[in-house]
Amino acid sequence: MEFGLGESQRLFDGALRGALAERVTPESRRAAAAAGGDAALWQGLCELGLAGVLVPEAQGGSGLGMMDAVLAAEGLGYAAAPTPFLGSGVMAPFALRLLGSPAQGDEFLPRLAAGEMRVAIAFAALTGTTGACDLRLQGGRLTGRVTGALDAADATHLLVALPGGETLALLAADAPGVALAPRRSVDRLRPLADLEFDAAPAAILPGDARRVLDAGRVALAAETLGAAQSMLDGAVAYAGQRRQFGRAIASFQAVKHACAEMAAALEPCRALVWYAAHAQDAPEPEARMLAAQAKAHLDEVGREVARGATEVYGGMGFTELLGLPAWFRRIMANRQLLGGPERCRDDAALAQGMS
Amino acid sequence: MDLTLSDRHRALQAELRDFVTRHGHRSPPVGGGGGRVRPDRRVLDWQALLIEHGFAARAVPRQYGGYGAEPDVLDAAIITEAFNRAGLSLGIQGQGIRMLVPTLLEVGTEAQRRRWIGPTIRGETIWCQGYSEPESGSDLASLRTHARVEDGHFVINGQKIWTSSAHYADMMFLLCRTEPEAPKHEGISYILLSMDTPGIEVRPLPTMTGHATFNEVFFTEARVPVENIVLGRGKGWQVANVTLKHERMLLGDASKLMHRVHRLRALLERMEVDGVPLIRKPQWRERFLRLQGEALAMKYHQMRLLGEAARGEEPGLGVLIVKYVGTVLAWKLTALAVDALGDAGLPYEPHDDVGEDDEATGWYADHMYDLGLIIGGGSSNIQKNIIAERGLGMPREPKIRAS
Repeated sequence: MEFGLGESQRLFDGALRGALAERVTPESRRAAAAAGGDAALWQGLCELGLAGVLVPEAQGGSGLGMMDAVLAAEGLGYAAAPTPFLGSGVMAPFALRLLGSPAQGDEFLPRLAAGEMRVAIAFAALTGTTGACDLRLQGGRLTGRVTGALDAADATHLLVALPGGETLALLAADAPGVALAPRRSVDRLRPLADLEFDAAPAAILPGDARRVLDAGRVALAAETLGAAQSMLDGAVAYAGQRRQFGRAIASFQAVKHACAEMAAALEPCRALVWYAAHAQDAPEPEARMLAAQAKAHLDEVGREVARGATEVYGGMGFTELLGLPAWFRRIMANRQLLGGPERCRDDAALAQGMS
Repeated sequence: MDLTLSDRHRALQAELRDFVTRHGHRSPPVGGGGGRVRPDRRVLDWQALLIEHGFAARAVPRQYGGYGAEPDVLDAAIITEAFNRAGLSLGIQGQGIRMLVPTLLEVGTEAQRRRWIGPTIRGETIWCQGYSEPESGSDLASLRTHARVEDGHFVINGQKIWTSSAHYADMMFLLCRTEPEAPKHEGISYILLSMDTPGIEVRPLPTMTGHATFNEVFFTEARVPVENIVLGRGKGWQVANVTLKHERMLLGDASKLMHRVHRLRALLERMEVDGVPLIRKPQWRERFLRLQGEALAMKYHQMRLLGEAARGEEPGLGVLIVKYVGTVLAWKLTALAVDALGDAGLPYEPHDDVGEDDEATGWYADHMYDLGLIIGGGSSNIQKNIIAERGLGMPREPKIRAS
């Protein structure tokens, strides 16, 4: 038995974090926020194999599992990187692998692995959206509208969940009858889009679409974990340098205890996310409950750490001078994506037979 | 991540399943706010059965009366999990077994191991811990109980407090100052002594649970042979740190937390208000699910720590948070339980074997006792200092100079 990372996972994690530390800077984030994405960054990460983590080797990927995907998501969260990984690297390949026909797999998975295909995700039908979701599928054509599609910047395709959770529709973004209206979001680095369909031709992926949602939730939890860890590490380092009353503020017990509480809440989350990811691959009877609980728990802990870490920085944390709000906004927005914590706990209750 | 168990560990699981089926009914009851009485015949028999099967004193060498298995963290976790899931007693969990035995195995003399380990693991010799003093709580190394050497004996004077089980213990492991001239950490010795020694007086200290689980212990010219020292004069602080290391890992046991989560869910399914089970009411379900999320994180965190320990990695931040997080979470779980019991849960009849016959009293006793665990064994506020300083590398508070 081996609970934790294997040797190749450690190497992959190190390589990804190294590349991100080099390529993602406050300037590159500002540019990405203005442009709605960082195409060059994603291209570079695709060369590292990021887009093909979940794509089988036969179709040009590395054929790995959710554990590897969440490691990457944690690294991306740590760097507050503007990438379409959640949609194009996790949910789309997971959906095609699980629900796609062999022909669909052969058509789409190699293009996903190569980074040529970027997929916006519209799962509002399954996540208790407060926005609009009115979708009908008739004879392979999709009609209606859905708000808040994520990772829609430069999307070549759209993956849309239909009500009921038994069908996903995959559409080309430039297909007739598809209209995509980009929306800037609280997380400037993850723009959203509202989608409208008028008898748009769609490929159908039948089956348990909620398993794709579960995978997305675990990836979001991992991203929030990385973002919160980055904020805590930054706060501890800043407190060691910042001096008031003739001493580093890190030597004041008020600051130490605040950091200790954040670390105490955050550190156990890593194993929860790892195990929830592992359960999606297996899949275990508890997989859905664990995905929902991991997302809900990281939503809660992430928000507390985002606030607490910002407080350690004092006024500087509130400004854009140190770039801290990029992480704060990532955590804030992730909380609402694919179902907020209350919704996730509802799903966790259902998954363990509480009705 | 490879969670498949080895053949040996799977065999252990099968052995445990068999043991639970065949002997489970012989288990003494579990829970009810910590050990408060001397083990009775049923507890002693159960303990003997556990040792015989290697489910207690598993890694204690055979020559000292243990089962003599190679130490293996995963073995220990599998056993704990199986017993907690079946709701069976893991045997005697006193300070002698949990703290003194591992300490003697690490730093005791051969004679001390041969004399004390056997009767201690069998539950025949009960120990109490003489550490805290009225003026030395979190700053334990400032302790003042002292001993001078006279005719081959330590002559002890002073006072200890928060001494669990002193009212029925046979023996005490004591920290006292034997080198008054040495710096505070270097002047302390670790001494084993009989509670029958003339000059020792035990006074019970009633606590909020309604039980006298604690005591004050007074020493007046109590004489103890010098060979009862462990490791040597002035080495007591070093010995105590071996002991505390074993205590802190134990106070946050995750499988115990998960067992409590299961009991809590059952309670919420059973308790009804206006004919509706609480688990179907959104506000109760939400509270339960939030705590379940926290407990799941601790469950898998413990698996991660076990893996790290099995690989021989140095324990770091991950271990340092366990006592703080585990004890606070245990308290939050019983807090939800007593809320679910509501006004009908208020009748409180503490007695020594609170079990399933009086669930309300059991939950309340646990709830209050849990607060004691948050404070004892290094209080939460001290734990946060340790997490910040040793786990996160933050600086210590500057020392205040005496003016």
